[in-house]
Amino acid sequence: MDYASISSNLLYVAFIAYLVATFFFGGAIRDKRAAQKKTKWATFGIVVTIIGFIAQIGYFITRWIASGHAPVSNLFEFTTFFGMMLVGAFIVIYFIYRLSMLGLFALPVALLIIAYASMFPTEITPLIPALQTNWLHIHVTTAAAGEAVLSISFVAGLIYLIKTIDQSKRNKKAFWLEFILYTLISTLGFVAVTLAFNAAHYESSFNWVNKSGEQEQVVYHMVPLVGPHQSEWTEGNDIQPLIDMPAIINAKKLNTVIWSLGGGFVLYWLIRLILRKRIGAALQPLVKQVNSDLLDEVSYRAVAIGFPIFTLGALIFAMIWAQMAWTRFWGWDPKEVWALITFLFYAAFLHLRLSKGWHGEKSAWLAVGGFAIIMFNLVAVNLIIAGLHSYA
Amino acid sequence: MKHVKCECGHVNPHGTILCEACGKPIAEETTDKLVDMRYEGSARRSQTYNKTVIDKIWNFFSSVKVGIWIIIVTLVASAVGTIYPQEAYIPPNVTADEYYQKEYGWTGELYYKLGFHHLYESWWYLLLIAALGMSLVICSLDRVVPLYRALKKQSVTKHPNFLKRQRLYSTSSSWTDQEYEHVKSMLKKRRYSIREENGNLLAEKGRFSRWGPYVNHIGLIIFLLGAMLRFVPGMYIDEVLWIREGETKVIPGTNGEYFLKNRRFTVETYDKDSESAVFQEAIDRAGNNKVAKNYEADVSLYKREGKLIPGADPKLKKIKDSEIRVNQPLKFEGYAMYQVDFKLNEFSSMSFHLTDKNANRNVGSLTVDLHNPKETYDLKNGYKVKLMSYFPDFFFDDEGNPNTKTRVPNNPAFVFKMITPQHKKGEVAFVGIRENLEPLGNNDYKMTFAGVETKNVTGLTVRRDYTLWFLGIGGAIFMIGVIQGMYWNHRRMWIQKVNNEIWLAAHTNKNWYGLKKELNGLLESTSLTQLKDQNDKETK
Ligand code: HEM
Repeated sequence: MDYASISSNLLYVAFIAYLVATFFFGGAIRDKRAAQKKTKWATFGIVVTIIGFIAQIGYFITRWIASGHAPVSNLFEFTTFFGMMLVGAFIVIYFIYRLSMLGLFALPVALLIIAYASMFPTEITPLIPALQTNWLHIHVTTAAAGEAVLSISFVAGLIYLIKTIDQSKRNKKAFWLEFILYTLISTLGFVAVTLAFNAAHYESSFNWVNKSGEQEQVVYHMVPLVGPHQSEWTEGNDIQPLIDMPAIINAKKLNTVIWSLGGGFVLYWLIRLILRKRIGAALQPLVKQVNSDLLDEVSYRAVAIGFPIFTLGALIFAMIWAQMAWTRFWGWDPKEVWALITFLFYAAFLHLRLSKGWHGEKSAWLAVGGFAIIMFNLVAVNLIIAGLHSYA
Repeated sequence: MKHVKCECGHVNPHGTILCEACGKPIAEETTDKLVDMRYEGSARRSQTYNKTVIDKIWNFFSSVKVGIWIIIVTLVASAVGTIYPQEAYIPPNVTADEYYQKEYGWTGELYYKLGFHHLYESWWYLLLIAALGMSLVICSLDRVVPLYRALKKQSVTKHPNFLKRQRLYSTSSSWTDQEYEHVKSMLKKRRYSIREENGNLLAEKGRFSRWGPYVNHIGLIIFLLGAMLRFVPGMYIDEVLWIREGETKVIPGTNGEYFLKNRRFTVETYDKDSESAVFQEAIDRAGNNKVAKNYEADVSLYKREGKLIPGADPKLKKIKDSEIRVNQPLKFEGYAMYQVDFKLNEFSSMSFHLTDKNANRNVGSLTVDLHNPKETYDLKNGYKVKLMSYFPDFFFDDEGNPNTKTRVPNNPAFVFKMITPQHKKGEVAFVGIRENLEPLGNNDYKMTFAGVETKNVTGLTVRRDYTLWFLGIGGAIFMIGVIQGMYWNHRRMWIQKVNNEIWLAAHTNKNWYGLKKELNGLLESTSLTQLKDQNDKETK
């Protein structure tokens, strides 16, 4: 076997290990005997997580050998790496606080992220000139590590919210909590829909007319619900779009978003019908035994650890590289701006906590907000707001 | 100024909340709420004075609430600037007022009208950043001095009220002196510094982490000042230099001191046949030879020797040969030259034959250097070609006359006068790309196109940025400050005999879990009561 295929097999191993570990952690929290002390389940959970993590490091190294550069140079590679760092951050925090509950939520988030990453082209890409530097590795890895630690803050915050928000009746907070869970499920929706259409080898091509009135071609890999401007089917599966979009909208991406949200919607209601209550409400009894103060502490601690790493990687190293590759350390490129926004957000978070005493629930909502910004930078800025950094 | 004397005898500055020495709440309320330990309850200017305009400004900017608002507004404004591309990123051949409207409809037009297309250079955005800097300075000054005083003046013996109202607290009624000594030595082992007074004890470590925020704020301020320095003349040079292969040009911004020769410029792309197998799939997806692999200008750097004499060619001394690639600028004397742009296959010279139309025979040939054409080309034997007009970038202007758009030979055209033994006065020919006119009637001779030579042009950016030092130092101080404040914490434990009991209390600025675990670990082998988190309402 060559390195490239060893590499992708190791990624599978890691994925499955994380999945198995999630179930162990699930077992650990059901184990009533010890709320926070070590249980056998938890030990299995963390051991399997570490095995998965080592496998993923193996994936990383073998892919590096195969391509000659650190695999952080396209959307798939970066996002996978982010997932790996999330698991790494979880392992570190686990050994500080021994909180099995964290595994039950952090690992699924990491799984979603890795699965999402795998929906993008996974082949090894050669580097364009701007990426041919060690600063690529240094900047991207530290930035991802910082974002991963900050994401642990989100995970702890989410558990806090599930635990403390009153879900017995309809209210705004319960709604938004459900919304967060629905968003997570929509990622699964995206993965499921993409896999389904891939399995069916769905493909259809359209001619369309762009903003400047020129004709272009586009290939859909999903049934077109919305078509491009003045679309005209040319070949492949012959299903016509329900409606054409104006020229300024990227109809293909919108179509994917609609399918993902739709898929997420179906999944969400399936789960909800099975559970016969809101998902948040169903999760609530599971998390009852964790101490809220401890969750709050973990959430804050993760920000305290992650903020300096993030600043170093996403701003300082980024500036050094930008100075060399683009002659200026800062150019107000959307990706740069969103890194700044993330930085400012967490700065606000820290000050609100310190001086306004925003602990507990408020702090947990902020942790969710921070994660939303990180994800926005990872997903939306890459796919929607194209700039120098746009991988896709 | 009024001073406040505490019952322990310490004289506190006006405005103090907790006595600097013993920690007794000054405005004694009978409450068992935990004491507010922020800034050690010290007297801050902003909380104390509010009379003059300066007081008011000071109080405004020293408020963290205001600071947070400034941060949030900056955050939102920054986000708005990413909705549509900034002016710097729109294609160079369109004007902004057309672009936004055409590309994004009425929302784009609104975006443009509101000036969001250069949001980050707008006066109000700069004002926001200035306010942030102002807030940072004042906020830090307002707190750091009193905090320093309070931490320095703190005494070992605390007022019972102070201890009782700490978050971690316990009382024990029986203990032995050995246990006390044991705890003390364990605290020492864990690198607490110990102070004792009348049988009471204060153990403290990590106080320096309290300065972390102030250090990082100083770093930020230096960084912001560094960013402003760019506007100081001489600190920052940013020039563009286009050089053709074979050409030597003075490097702008160097006062005519340095010259650069472009020996060769190359572009490489990823080719299926020559790349390793792992890249094949990716190359297939993007297209063979579609993905750039390398942009490289091979250059020689020269320095002028002697005085600059106008009109005369400068005397140059070669300093070094070098390659400039993306990510690998050429650096010299504080300058850096970056590969940023290029133009491939620009016309550099064109060759023609002078042809006798009737005999269909070439009687001579010539080559016109498109950057430096000659007036006359002598082809010997009575044949001569004069270049009457030259249009490097030819087009017909509004009046229908031939003209040139630029001085770059994108579309060269010539008016030649062909002097031959038959036509001593010459025949006139207009020659361009795919054009050969005889404006003054039929000629016996013509200029036939014989070939063209092209050269590559490299576009370089010349930078000298003395502000980078400031920015680097600011960034480094910022990092030191955040790490200092975030990865260490300031832990204190008080052991005090109150009546016949021994009271334990502890405080940290972060990581209560860690503190509690550490201290209760120490107490484990003793009969002293474990510290209890008075905030925690869940664990019984
Ligand atoms: C983007 C700008 C800023 C950044 C990155 C920043 C960063 C920080 C950090 C990392 C801390 C430590 C927080 C902690 O330990 O939890 C801190 C503390 C603090 N910051 Fe800022 N800050 C910024 C702006 C400001 C502004 C504008 C103000 C003033 C209104 C301010 C006032 C404070 C105060 C009072 C503290 C607490 C100091 C102490 O605990 O002794 N900061 N800042």
